[in-house]
Amino acid sequence: MSRPAAMDFLLPDRLDEALHAMAAREGTVPVAGGTDVMVRLARGRERPPAAVDLTRIPGLARWERSAGRVRIGATVPYTRIAGELAGPLPGLAVAARTVGSRQIRNRGTVGGALGTASAGGDVHPVLLACDAEVELVSARGTRRVPVREFYTGPGRTVRAPDELVRAVLVPEAEGPQSYAKAGRRGALVVATCSFAVALRPSRGRVGTGIGAAADRPLPACEAERFVAGELAERRLWRSRGPLPDSVLTRFGELAAAAASPADDVRGSSAYRRHAVAVLARRALGWVWDDYRADRTAKEAACA
Amino acid sequence: MRLTLTVNGEPYDIDGVAGTESLLSVLRLRLGLSGAKNACEQGQCGSCSVHLDGVLVCACLVPAPQAHGRSVETVEGLAGEDGPHPVQEAFLACGAVQCGFCTPGMLKATEDLLRRCPDPGEAEIKDALAGNLCRCTGYRHILDAVRMAADRTRALEARP
Repeated sequence: MSRPAAMDFLLPDRLDEALHAMAAREGTVPVAGGTDVMVRLARGRERPPAAVDLTRIPGLARWERSAGRVRIGATVPYTRIAGELAGPLPGLAVAARTVGSRQIRNRGTVGGALGTASAGGDVHPVLLACDAEVELVSARGTRRVPVREFYTGPGRTVRAPDELVRAVLVPEAEGPQSYAKAGRRGALVVATCSFAVALRPSRGRVGTGIGAAADRPLPACEAERFVAGELAERRLWRSRGPLPDSVLTRFGELAAAAASPADDVRGSSAYRRHAVAVLARRALGWVWDDYRADRTAKEAACA
Repeated sequence: MRLTLTVNGEPYDIDGVAGTESLLSVLRLRLGLSGAKNACEQGQCGSCSVHLDGVLVCACLVPAPQAHGRSVETVEGLAGEDGPHPVQEAFLACGAVQCGFCTPGMLKATEDLLRRCPDPGEAEIKDALAGNLCRCTGYRHILDAVRMAADRTRALEARP
């Protein structure tokens, strides 16, 4: 009988040491809050050669505002995003608040969500809607990838095996944002599907993101183009007039058409497609109402 | 690896900890502190809730090596020399314990809430306990106990 090889656990307190460890052995797993990694290890399906702790590297645990964006270090936990960033990033703060439980939010991080890249992760739709950028770093150097190019498949991203997610850069909100999530109950729930929308009035842009309704998080590009055209044609950005029901409904239909949901334990494909249409229609209605009332954020999570 | 940490104020130095071990396993199996319970191992049930450097976490999801040099507080650290913690007293007084399996996590989550928020409203209480499952469905008495613990803690702190 063969015993599984021991897994080394490295505790670097400098980024360059962590990067060296990532490059030294293929399959080395970075760990921050452990909320995904430990579940996979406990199931015994994975036994990486080494794990690298990122929680001792001070630079990763900070966020800062500069040039109209918030740069969030990879190990800033959801509790802090929800508590400290609701002003500049209302959509991301709302999404962070819907993650797991207090215990999970105290440990889970956006860096970890991007590393795991689960299609149902709560922050992905908001990052897509806000046109965020992911900063990747390795011993070879640093690069920034638009989040719309980051996800490549189920749990897969453009991150190379020796790269770490160092930070995510999110433009500060210049209009209302919302995140709507459907799940089996109101708390501690993985999204059956979810939808984020962010208004950028200065660009006449409506950003979107769909969660848990395809093999990866994805934007609803057709829906974005459609509603941007309607808003421009009807001069609604300036008049702040009401959005006709027909536009909301069509927006929902186009969002559902962008999804390619699977059947699984959390919901059927048909349910998910229907729910995406409903969530998209509602989310756009909420942010447009907020825009009309000149508010900046709307919190929304429905069970 | 060798793990040095503080648990409930006591320093510990433990040899031979595996990289894949959880903090929960170290507490229960190596230190004999069986208050934090092992149930789901997925962060779903909250019965292993402890404080790590003052932050409420599921000990099952903390890789033990990450606790190196850190301070852990478990349910065993709640009671003082002069008796049970006010949160423990409130759970007793309200009958908020049935089988008891979820109780250590409920106590820690309640203590954590009252540290952050001495006068919690209904929504804050439910949010704070959302990560702690009771399968005896004793939630009503548990919520009573949290409200009583909040009142008692504030009353104690208001004393001269």
